[in-house]
Amino acid sequence: MSAEQLAEVSDLFVVAAVLLYVVAMVAFAMDLAFGRVRPGKAVAKSAARQPVAVGASGADVLPETGSTSVPVAPEPPRLAAVAGTAGLVLAWVGWVANLAAIVTRGLAVGRWPWGNMYEFVVAISFAAVTAFLATQLRHNVRFLGGFVMVTAALGLGLASKIFYTAAGPVVPALDSYWIAIHVTAAIVASGLLTLAGVTGILYLVRGDGMSRLPSRADLERVAHRAIVFAFPLWTFAVIAGALWADRAWGRYWGWDPKEVWSFITWVAYAAYLHAKATAGWKGRAATIVQLVAFGCLLFNLIGVNIFIDGLHSYADVD
Amino acid sequence: MSVQELAKKQAPQQAALGPVGWLRWTWRTLTSMKTALILLFLLALGSVPGSLVPQRGVDPDKVARLYEQNPTLAEWYDRFQLFEVFTSVWFAAVYLLLFTSLIGCIIPRTAVYLREVRRKPPAAPKRLSRLPHSASFEGELSVEEAARRLRKMRFRVVTGDGWISAEKGYLRETGNLVFHVALLGILLAIGSGSLFGYRGNVLVVEGDGFANTVAAYDRFMPGNQVSAESLEPFSFTLDKFDVAYQVTGDKRGQALDYTAHLKVNDSPQAPARDYALKVNEPLEINGTQTYLIGNGYAPLFRVTDGEGQVAFEGAVPCLIEEKATMTSGCVVKVPDAKPGQLGFLLQFLPTSVPLVDGRYASAFPGELNPEVQVLGAFTGDLGMRSGEPQSVYTLAEPEDMKKLKPLLMGDDVPKPLAVGQSVQLPDGLGKLEFTGVKQWITLQTAYDPGRVPALVSAAAAVVAIAASLMIRRRRVFVRVGEGRVDVGGLTRTEGSAAGFTEEFAEIVQVLSAGDKDVR
Ligand code: HEM
Repeated sequence: MSAEQLAEVSDLFVVAAVLLYVVAMVAFAMDLAFGRVRPGKAVAKSAARQPVAVGASGADVLPETGSTSVPVAPEPPRLAAVAGTAGLVLAWVGWVANLAAIVTRGLAVGRWPWGNMYEFVVAISFAAVTAFLATQLRHNVRFLGGFVMVTAALGLGLASKIFYTAAGPVVPALDSYWIAIHVTAAIVASGLLTLAGVTGILYLVRGDGMSRLPSRADLERVAHRAIVFAFPLWTFAVIAGALWADRAWGRYWGWDPKEVWSFITWVAYAAYLHAKATAGWKGRAATIVQLVAFGCLLFNLIGVNIFIDGLHSYADVD
Repeated sequence: MSVQELAKKQAPQQAALGPVGWLRWTWRTLTSMKTALILLFLLALGSVPGSLVPQRGVDPDKVARLYEQNPTLAEWYDRFQLFEVFTSVWFAAVYLLLFTSLIGCIIPRTAVYLREVRRKPPAAPKRLSRLPHSASFEGELSVEEAARRLRKMRFRVVTGDGWISAEKGYLRETGNLVFHVALLGILLAIGSGSLFGYRGNVLVVEGDGFANTVAAYDRFMPGNQVSAESLEPFSFTLDKFDVAYQVTGDKRGQALDYTAHLKVNDSPQAPARDYALKVNEPLEINGTQTYLIGNGYAPLFRVTDGEGQVAFEGAVPCLIEEKATMTSGCVVKVPDAKPGQLGFLLQFLPTSVPLVDGRYASAFPGELNPEVQVLGAFTGDLGMRSGEPQSVYTLAEPEDMKKLKPLLMGDDVPKPLAVGQSVQLPDGLGKLEFTGVKQWITLQTAYDPGRVPALVSAAAAVVAIAASLMIRRRRVFVRVGEGRVDVGGLTRTEGSAAGFTEEFAEIVQVLSAGDKDVR
């Protein structure tokens, strides 16, 4: 296949991924709508206090796995379970399409396929879905499915409609192995932080009463976990960026807008972790800090690339 | 005990404070965690205007434009040093306070750390079933055997009469302390870089050389502690500059690769060596790096004056007007021409093509059909003898410009000149000849002794923060006797109870494995 054909195939895979994510979202939504209503207080915690039988797997992030000693609403109708499973299958197929889009794009351009904003956003959407599916393998976080699917579909849609860049070579400054290190780390971190951000929004939406969403405490735990993973990665991405800047621009830190905003984002997430660890912040306040940090992350991605020009203006959006 | 609690305990009493008391209070406040965080926030917040307002050091033209467009706003920006945020007094103040605060918190934290690391796990509580994680099983297990198995799992163990208390995850505190020390290291490295380092920019045309001296730079930005003699004494000549362009598809005309072929002398005595300077591959000589940061065209001209003398001959670096096609603007000033000084405004078109309206434009950034369009030729006083510094990219100051007499302008200008062609000036005032094309590159030379320490500190910070985030402090207690073993466990870290469940089950399994040691 020629490079042009591969690039076209990649574009088709993006469209396929969007469609699959949207259908998966509908399925996940049905799962939530017909699923069981849960109480507002944390169940996982009280479950964890139960004596653990030898060898039994204990209470997990969410109450579904393991502990059943908590009073819950009657079994959800079958429809919900079927819809939930269908959602997961569709999400996995969408994930494969998304991966295929990235791989074919990479083959078409003969380099790492994250050299401009279009490719970067496609990759972050992929990373966010990956983070969700990987978490789902170990803990039941199906409730997140619909929201992650919307986010990923929006990301891909935005990428194709607004940031689209035809397949092609990158400028010499980007032609470096550092792109594999720096940008990959940023993508993985951003994917995880997106997951945390989506969970944070759900936290604010969910009241303390009965709801189809898991308890606030459980939502908070999911978000915290994701950030704990993402933060060192983000730090690494920033440092790798500095190392690259040292090779490419002649200084490792120069307060370029992108540098400024990744620093701000870093500080905001550090503040969140700090607030949780030392001040014992919980709940709404911690979630708001997290979402402010997520806002900085998004601004760094979208705002800085589009509205501010600096050395990092490789985004290639006109 | 968290540092906050510690701080609370040591908080000054409300009694009247003497000067010493005030000093202590100030120091405590400054070095408290809250203050450090607020300062860190301020540093982040302070850098926001630096990303939104144009910075003098980065984009002086934009600053000048803002002064023209909105002088009142610009005045206000200037009053708050918003055009140079990162070298402003207030930014430095925040930075220094944070620095002090970090030092002030590392010292007491080290003491806390040493105590914490040496601390033995506390005695086991009476009723282990009250702990967040607990289990019991039937069986005989001696205290020694339980201790042995826990030690094997790398727990720190204390035993008593019928009980074992074990703890692990001490690296968490180590990570935390190292992280804060490393942060200090980064700040120090940046500081030393700006004191002992320098940066310089220079434009070099093909065939020309450069020697690393202060005078050779077009722009030189030294740190406070840099002397002219401290510059690394290397030199080089630019033999040739190559650019590869994409020639097909949507991205036609995009640069793919830049290579500057240099002949480098690492020191005046050293033999010359070849070096291919590329983007992302700086030339490094003893810690001084030279980077390729820009390129353009320098067409060659020969100007013969009215008296038949060659009054100018050489390469003229042109400013890029349009990056995509490398259409460039050039100025040729000939102060030595007689009877009158001559000046030319020219446009260089690397790949010249005629447009439908009879004008010409460049269609490609590469040099496929290089031509020079004369936009104007003037005679009169160029104002070059005034002693004022002159830009090589403008013909004359606006007021001087009005006094010049146009020789060729508007409809008089000839069609673009190809290499070897020339244009005669009216009234026998001379002739301009386009004799060839060279390229120029701009280089940045940077010396920053803080780069490696900054990297080492940053790497240490990452590893340490990862350790302090990933590692949990966890305690396991065991009580044995009467054919029953009770096990209890807890983590001392927020948000990690879920992950500990599995580990706890595993520990219980190891302890209950009877005679056959599962590990
Ligand atoms: C006076 C200065 C500071 C003090 C006394 C201090 C104190 C602490 C303490 C006690 C912890 C441990 C939390 C735990 O128990 O796990 C901690 C963690 C942390 N600190 Fe600081 N800190 C200071 C400054 C900073 C600064 C300037 C930064 C960021 C640039 C920072 C970033 C962090 C982070 C990210 C953590 C990890 C949170 C966690 O352990 O989960 N700290 N700090």
